[in-house]
Amino acid sequence: MPDLKRFNALGLGAVARKVQAGERLSLDEGRALYACPDVTAVGALAHLRRTALHGDRTFYVVNRHINYTNICVNGCAFCAYQREKGQDGGFELSIQDAVDRLLAAPLTPREVHIVGGCHPDLRLAFFVDLLTSVQKALPQATLKCFTAVEIAHFARLEGLSTIEVLQTLKNAGLAMLPGGGAEIFAPEVRRRICPKKSDAVEWLRIHGEAHALGLATNATMLFGHLESIEDRLDHLDQLRRRQDESLRNGGNGFTCFIPLPFQTENNAIKVARPLTGLDELRTIAVSRLMLDNIPHLKAYWVMLTVKQAQAALFFGADDLDGTVVEEKIGHMAGATSRQGLTKAQLEAMIRGLGLTPVERDARFNPIGGQA
Amino acid sequence: MSPKIQTLLDEAAEGRRLTLDEARLLQLEAPLHDLGHAAHRVRLRKHPEPVVTYVVDRNINYSNVCVCACRFCAYYRAPGHDECFVLSFEEIGRKIAETIALGGTQILMQGGHHPDLPLSWYEDMLRFIKANYDIHVHAFSPPEIVHFAKISGLSTAQVINRLKAAGLDSIPGGGAEILVDSVRAKVSPNKCPAGQWLAVMEEAHAQGLRTTATMMFGHEETEEERLEHLFNVRASQDRTGGFTAFIPWTFQPDNTNIVARPLTSPEYLRMLALARLVLDNVDNVQVSWVTMGPKIAQLALYFGGNDFGSTMIEENVVRAAGVSFRLSQGEIDTLVRAAGFEPRQRRMDYRLVEDKK
Repeated sequence: MPDLKRFNALGLGAVARKVQAGERLSLDEGRALYACPDVTAVGALAHLRRTALHGDRTFYVVNRHINYTNICVNGCAFCAYQREKGQDGGFELSIQDAVDRLLAAPLTPREVHIVGGCHPDLRLAFFVDLLTSVQKALPQATLKCFTAVEIAHFARLEGLSTIEVLQTLKNAGLAMLPGGGAEIFAPEVRRRICPKKSDAVEWLRIHGEAHALGLATNATMLFGHLESIEDRLDHLDQLRRRQDESLRNGGNGFTCFIPLPFQTENNAIKVARPLTGLDELRTIAVSRLMLDNIPHLKAYWVMLTVKQAQAALFFGADDLDGTVVEEKIGHMAGATSRQGLTKAQLEAMIRGLGLTPVERDARFNPIGGQA
Repeated sequence: MSPKIQTLLDEAAEGRRLTLDEARLLQLEAPLHDLGHAAHRVRLRKHPEPVVTYVVDRNINYSNVCVCACRFCAYYRAPGHDECFVLSFEEIGRKIAETIALGGTQILMQGGHHPDLPLSWYEDMLRFIKANYDIHVHAFSPPEIVHFAKISGLSTAQVINRLKAAGLDSIPGGGAEILVDSVRAKVSPNKCPAGQWLAVMEEAHAQGLRTTATMMFGHEETEEERLEHLFNVRASQDRTGGFTAFIPWTFQPDNTNIVARPLTSPEYLRMLALARLVLDNVDNVQVSWVTMGPKIAQLALYFGGNDFGSTMIEENVVRAAGVSFRLSQGEIDTLVRAAGFEPRQRRMDYRLVEDKK
């Protein structure tokens, strides 16, 4: 039972009662959570919700990220990773490179996360081949590959519909779409930070299509750049409406929401007031409270730092992502976290938090039947 | 949360002193958020004004030569090692001049237990500093005082008296580690025992010097020994009232001879909050951005902390153990404001530096 006296004093008594009852919060209530002067009260409410959903279970995955290229036609203003074709520092992995890297991981990954730039020449046949080869090399791994933005790019290059692209990739082994490319849905902000990228309508449509095809997907939000609090709430609201529809249609919907704090280094966006730790935790907590129909929320330690991710597990998050091993995109933008964590480190860390570690696969099924 | 814990937290938040059994119950069972909120209520009761203070200072480690060989230390070098150093007075003076130029009011000076430097060297250093610079000298943790007593054949009271006469202004709370002898025997067997650490502080208080108290946890101590540490500090403070602040931080295991899992930020926050609740007689609790990073330090301002420590223009010891956060005064101001508090520069005794904006 929440300490209602505390929440009443902050004007959040009604919100606390709705959280307790599992009822949907309005956008106005989201605004009140952002306006609350005591961020730890918002965190306590989010933790209440997280505990109602997952108890003290805390998920992690043995995973491996592969970034197949940094060559990208989009040139988003926030990106420190992208290179133009022909520019120094650009790279493309061959299929063999990708498979070799995956097999070199210290533990066989359960989840393979493959994303890359929107390369002007890499064709769908390459990606079909990539998925087939990876699945053959790692039959137990779930392939979580290609953001909706890449799917839209493949469709344009091939002259196919995005449904056709998704179906083709699904036939080659694709099981999930990662949540990237969502950034912030607000069109005005998107125009300034990623004008060439799929717009919100396209991003959401592709996720709906993926859900209808039986693929699960994740969703992200990049925050702390030029967007307003109102834009963040709108983003969350659009996601939960998309999720309502996908679930109504019998699809898998979004599995996990991943709030990504904007990293301020090495890119073209000048942020007047960069995020601080408490801003990050508040947005994580508000996300947990607003997204009542998305089961999981990830504290992505690569972007948050490990210590902040640990705190986030008490501010609404239930998942730590995983071992990662090698990460480029966040680190090139100034992320200061280490490159990888071992399974033993993750387990010991979660136990140290007084929580229960659950190793999961990409779709959050416990490995080995732990519950 | 059980009604019993809720009641205990409410009573502690109102200022009732916790017993050891009650503190243990909170330590083991109080939910993180509730523990933190109770600690924050105590903080707001003791410091109703929405201000977070910090000192602008520099750590000057006058030497890394040390005969203690504590297992948690990545900084020291044994006598005769290639990387041994002792700073010259000139070098110390240069560092102080830089500190003053940056608006600093204080230097924190600590070093190893050098086997050959006589007490007069330290007295000369203090006189040199005081003759040339207007700066508060916060220096020599109790184990150093005990070491000086050993090499000079004087009592610790006499050593404190002589250092004070030479210019020492206050004593930092370092070397406390965990104030339980069974733990000290394992991690720092050559350093002074807990009773002596407390006795030096109480002697300093008796001679009119203020001091801080620290706690380094997360190495080879038990949860119960952490509690014992808090209760030892509380009892000492009851006797003298000389501690200005309590400063807990977590052990950083890299490059040391102790294998330990680095404590998580919520474990740190729990300890900070518990310290605030148990130490009802200590006014100030510092957050540790040096070990926890700026994000968790900011959060810690809602878990009992009311002070951001110091700018640490130079910090060497924690950095040697693998953690290197850096914050400028401007960054500290930004973090504190974003947390909803007004940042204010203070002195060692927590008087505000009034001439600042």
